[in-house]
Amino acid sequence: MTSLLAAAAPPAPTIDWAGLAPLVILIIGSIIVLIAGLAGPRPIRTRVVPLLTLATLAVTIASVISLWGENTQLIEGALQLDPLTLILTLLICGGAVVATLLAWRERAAEEIAHGEFFALMLLAVAGMFVLVASRSLVSTFVGLELLSLPLYILCAARVREERSLEAGLKYLIVGSVGSATVLYGFALLYGATGETGYNEIASKISSAGLATDPLVLAAVAMCTVGFAFKASLAPFHQWTPDVYEGAPTPVTAFMSIATKAAAFGVIIRLFDVALRPAIESWRPIWIGIALITMVVGNVGALRQSSMKRMLAYSSIAQAGYILVGFVIVTDLGVQAICSYLILYTFGNLAAFVVVVARERETTEGDNISALRGLGSQRPLLAAVMTLAMLSLAGIPATAGFMGKLRLIEAAAAGDYAWLAAVLVVLSVISMAYYLPVIAVMWRGEAQPGTDPATGVPALAGGAPEADGEAGSAGWELTAVGVLLSAAVIVFGIVPQPVFNLVASAARGLGFN
Amino acid sequence: MTIHLSIILWLPAAAGLLALIAPARLARWISLIGSLAVLAYAITLLVDYDRAAGGLQYVTDMMWIRSLGIHYALAISGLNLVLIATTAVIFAASAIWSLVDEPDTARPGLYALLMGIAQTAVLGAFMAQDLALFVIFFDLMLVPFYFLIVIWGGPDRTSAVLKLFIYTLVGSLLMLVGAITTGVLAANGGEPSFLLADLAKTPLGSSTQGWIFLAFALAFLIKMPSFPFHGWMPDGYSNMPIGVLAVFTAILSKVAAYGFLQVALPLFPDAAVRYQELIMIVAVASILYGSAMAFTVDSARLVLGYSSIAQLGFIVLGIFAFDGRGADGALLQATNHAIVAGALIFVVAMLARRTGGSEKLSDMGGLAKGAPAFAAVFLVFSFALLAMPGTANFVAEFMILLGTFTSKMTFAFIAAIGVALAAFYALRLYISAMHHRVGAKVSSFELTFREGLVLVPLLLVVIALALYPQFALSPATDGTTRALSATQQVQGSGSVAEAGEAK
Repeated sequence: MTSLLAAAAPPAPTIDWAGLAPLVILIIGSIIVLIAGLAGPRPIRTRVVPLLTLATLAVTIASVISLWGENTQLIEGALQLDPLTLILTLLICGGAVVATLLAWRERAAEEIAHGEFFALMLLAVAGMFVLVASRSLVSTFVGLELLSLPLYILCAARVREERSLEAGLKYLIVGSVGSATVLYGFALLYGATGETGYNEIASKISSAGLATDPLVLAAVAMCTVGFAFKASLAPFHQWTPDVYEGAPTPVTAFMSIATKAAAFGVIIRLFDVALRPAIESWRPIWIGIALITMVVGNVGALRQSSMKRMLAYSSIAQAGYILVGFVIVTDLGVQAICSYLILYTFGNLAAFVVVVARERETTEGDNISALRGLGSQRPLLAAVMTLAMLSLAGIPATAGFMGKLRLIEAAAAGDYAWLAAVLVVLSVISMAYYLPVIAVMWRGEAQPGTDPATGVPALAGGAPEADGEAGSAGWELTAVGVLLSAAVIVFGIVPQPVFNLVASAARGLGFN
Repeated sequence: MTIHLSIILWLPAAAGLLALIAPARLARWISLIGSLAVLAYAITLLVDYDRAAGGLQYVTDMMWIRSLGIHYALAISGLNLVLIATTAVIFAASAIWSLVDEPDTARPGLYALLMGIAQTAVLGAFMAQDLALFVIFFDLMLVPFYFLIVIWGGPDRTSAVLKLFIYTLVGSLLMLVGAITTGVLAANGGEPSFLLADLAKTPLGSSTQGWIFLAFALAFLIKMPSFPFHGWMPDGYSNMPIGVLAVFTAILSKVAAYGFLQVALPLFPDAAVRYQELIMIVAVASILYGSAMAFTVDSARLVLGYSSIAQLGFIVLGIFAFDGRGADGALLQATNHAIVAGALIFVVAMLARRTGGSEKLSDMGGLAKGAPAFAAVFLVFSFALLAMPGTANFVAEFMILLGTFTSKMTFAFIAAIGVALAAFYALRLYISAMHHRVGAKVSSFELTFREGLVLVPLLLVVIALALYPQFALSPATDGTTRALSATQQVQGSGSVAEAGEAK
């Protein structure tokens, strides 16, 4: 009888709950946050809910740190807990912490209710964890959707603003196309190899000589296109500026860090592990994508008057730089990618902090004119933005420079010095859009009327901008901004801790 | 292992930071005291450096970024000893200028901080004995100038500074890629080290050296600037504030020239020999083009700007003669030109005060009337600029041409024309400003005490160098001999890399 039962029901997978702790904590935390958001008193919704979110993230980070150094498989090989997973999860949680602080007093959180807003953010983080940890096609797709669906809603969180709704819808449509393409690719890959695990796919491709099999090639093409959509790589990037501009700024900040980290995590695993035997067929394509992405990002960012659009294109360009670390397919390359993602985070988030602050303090929104005269009006914020721009531009003694240095070193060591040369030449273009931001802050006088001290009345009329009257930014923004820009300088001068952190990043990927 | 170089290196930035925090009225004083302290330290080094022993002294070497093998390595050698003192002199002059002659500029604390960072970066580039550290300081050098120009610059500052930045960064960043590649390839899979001494031991293959050398050369030639990479110069020079321009034209170009001797020749000797004539053509073209432009433009600032192109052409020519005398002359000329060009930038600002704010030669004229002392000082600097016999500039140009004659006679003949042209533009500048018919808006007055505070110390340096150039030359010889040994070996016996591979 028992043997019959055992035969009928497949054995339950063994689950290492300790290893899954980050995921479990995030999901439980999001449920708690959601319930807390239903509470009647307003202070609970506006204060306790963000605090609970921060607490959840803090516990998640603690669990990640306690798991540090692990290299095991979870849930029968669906997920892999290795240094890459942990490093990227740490980065994603860090980005979420900053995004939570940015969203604290944000109108978007008010409009779709605080509980929903922060619970969705935690769910997205959970999806990112699954995505960067997954080592099979099925869990990859589950992670991809778990991350995407909350983000579609978050982008449209300012339900009273047309641009935000448009951004959400656009992201939904493009994201779904991307997901569908990825799924199609996965189906073909499964059809060709009969496997879903990444390592199994790799051994099948090499043992059965499937590297040039038409099905595998089609799968490579589909996966490439799908993930290029998701990671906003040119020429599949067109949605990015609109979505970045329309989405509530804290969400944009979160996406620019966390989504990018997650997307590169999965790209590294899928291509460097599962499709490694077919490297000759995908490497040229990805080199092409890297080149196009660097050009499009850097050229597109020129002459943007919206800071968020500029940062969107800048984020595309940065993704192009990261691809340089990816296409060389070496241990050093993966380390360089992780270093870059971490080091670039500080400057990028610092820029968003200032954008959010100016959105609240002025009526100019995210337009660059909101920064005019900031140097004499708010020297501290201006200094934060200045360091952010210098870091993004990769000027020496900033964190961004060390990130680029690492990428260049990896490329040179991987015999792709020419790609590094292209990277730096194209990144010179970026001076033409980062530096004017600095110039606007330090040379121009403040426009009359943008100063909160003068008390500009809100615009009359029903335009959505009407409720964006000038207010105060909130102390937490200044604090976060100062911390981030301090990190820009500290890691620009002493980058070794970050390099130590990522030294084992590629250990679970099976290089050499 | 000494801490002296770290102190002298970070002192300017620290003083700048202090000036930023201190009350605004003290900022300029703190900046000046900081730069005088650096000068005192530099003079002590100048005296204390053991000329007989030569080589690297006061070596500081610490691991900085272990993963990449980048060291925080500083040292004084025959190559940088005098240039460091020159840097200290010019920055001190600029600090005096901003204290006594431009006391009303806004945000003095920020200005002091940026100038401090600039001086630290320049000193760092001069002292660095690690390739990556050199490149990082070389790139960092540019950053404070962005702010200095954007905040205090002339009317077209935003576009001018962007042009300057983009031009120079193309070169600098390619140089960065070249430097990293050098380190990675030299490590050959082992522990990387970017120490110049380590890199020199494992020369790269001849073909790899080629593009890396060109990347370095491009970076240096843009920074100088050299024809045809000078596109940023006219706008850049026109829009810089005077105290900043003096530093920029005097010192930053010399870092580039120094880079050839310190980095490019010892590390890439094969490529340096292969591209010797190419670089010499660029140098000679710079001499001719710079001189021709310098006696046609109307703006006094740009006369100096274009004359710098020509003078830097001489310096590059001397270096690429691969002859000890040429390189010694180039190094001496680097110091001479820094002092003279820096001083003349201040002179231009003083001329503009006497012509109602115009820096155009066509608005000047007759300024010598009623200002004999000013005229005399200006004349001495002009004579130094045109390398009149008796000045150290003459000694330097003579040595450069001597070195070039022995190695590449044709280039020496053409370059000699440049010596004559220098007399044209230097005297044209002097005569059309000080003599000729009195300009419409000119109201001449004698050199004021405050102006004298800036010019007289520089004048004394010029005279001292003229009387005893050997003081600057004797340590140089040791440095240039080491710098040129690799290239001379290549010229003598074929490729070093091939010899290394054959082992």
